Amino acid sequence: MPGQLRTIRRRIRSIQSTAKITRAMELVAASKMRRAQLNALAGRPYAEKMRFVLADLAETLPLIDPEARHPLLRQTEDPQHIGLIFITPDRGLAGGLPSTLNRRVAQFIVESGKSARAVAVGRKGRDFLRRTRQEVIAEFTGIGDNPTYAEIRPVTQVAIQEFIEGNVDEVYLIYSHFVNTVVQRPEVFKLLPVEPPAHAETLAVDYIYEPDRETVLAELLPRYIERQVYEATLEAIASEQSARMVAMRNATENANDLMKDLTLVYNKARQESITSELLDITGGVEALQKA
Amino acid sequence: MPLTVDIVTAERLVLSEEGVDEIVAPGIEGELTVLPMHAPLLTMIKPGVMRIKRGNDETDMAITGGFLEVRDDRVTILADAAERAEEIDVARAEEARRRAEQQLERREADVDLARVSAELQKALIRLKVAERRRRRTGTRPGPPGV
Repeated sequence: MPGQLRTIRRRIRSIQSTAKITRAMELVAASKMRRAQLNALAGRPYAEKMRFVLADLAETLPLIDPEARHPLLRQTEDPQHIGLIFITPDRGLAGGLPSTLNRRVAQFIVESGKSARAVAVGRKGRDFLRRTRQEVIAEFTGIGDNPTYAEIRPVTQVAIQEFIEGNVDEVYLIYSHFVNTVVQRPEVFKLLPVEPPAHAETLAVDYIYEPDRETVLAELLPRYIERQVYEATLEAIASEQSARMVAMRNATENANDLMKDLTLVYNKARQESITSELLDITGGVEALQKA
Repeated sequence: MPLTVDIVTAERLVLSEEGVDEIVAPGIEGELTVLPMHAPLLTMIKPGVMRIKRGNDETDMAITGGFLEVRDDRVTILADAAERAEEIDVARAEEARRRAEQQLERREADVDLARVSAELQKALIRLKVAERRRRRTGTRPGPPGV
């Protein structure tokens, strides 16, 4: 009996310390999530302005001879090879998020029916692509929770280079879209060739371009793409942290439930052992009195 | 009507100010001044110093390339990187300048000259902006936020 009691006590203590850890992880994830969200928001004005200017430039694009078009806008009739930028977390303990993303990328590759060359950002996705024998042309791991713009640029540059060299005909960005704290959805977004955004409002502004339209466009396009990848990375981080936060909250709750049940079992066992000890004693006393 | 100025980078909104009288920016085709009622303009900018004037008050910014847009007295600068004078870490800029100068002097084969001279230029701009602020306000340049 006392042996059993000790085992239960030990289990309760172990669950208790696990709950403490998951609770701490939940809090850490919550604060990192807020940080990533703020970072994503901070860059919004830049992104909006860029979209606006690009839309304006794009309006005059049909006038330009398709052959003379900027390489990043060039459409291929029958795309054969696709490039992927696959953004996933480095670390686990984030609930179903990594596997949802992996399933999405697998489905996407299968459905496209084309050969894929992937740039993996994050360990989870890299490992998955390797395991499923996809071609990983570059990998970026350990980008941390708070990457700077400069840290993400190389990711985009690899993809742009692949596209310009004609190794791939299209480039897609696959990441976890942050809907809200509880919902994150895998998102597939066509990055290249750039499909210029349409004007939400038609305001005929006749800009003076310096040095000229083509040069401005050529300088703007890579930045536009870089910004999109950067934003997706920040969203992916916010998603990862919120998925982790939710997973850890559930873990903490489960641990607390388990602890409650075990405490009940423990108390019952303790009472039983006391009762049987009492019976032993009274039995012993009676036996002595009879003698 | 005075100008409204927003300076944004991919990472943050660096500055947003209303009631500005004049902006001097390092345009790709040479330094340009934007006054109220300017025609719509979209120009690339070079790394350099941007000056924002408001009455007798002047703010300097170190900027490393990007775009400048003027429309309806709104000036938006899409900068690759931008720092206010008071944010500039003089010690770091000084260090970057020294490093770049050393690399240029040694002329090692594996050094990308274009990249190093761009680094050097950026460091020099930062130092210039910080120095101008020091002279004007008489304060010693300190770490950001001080």
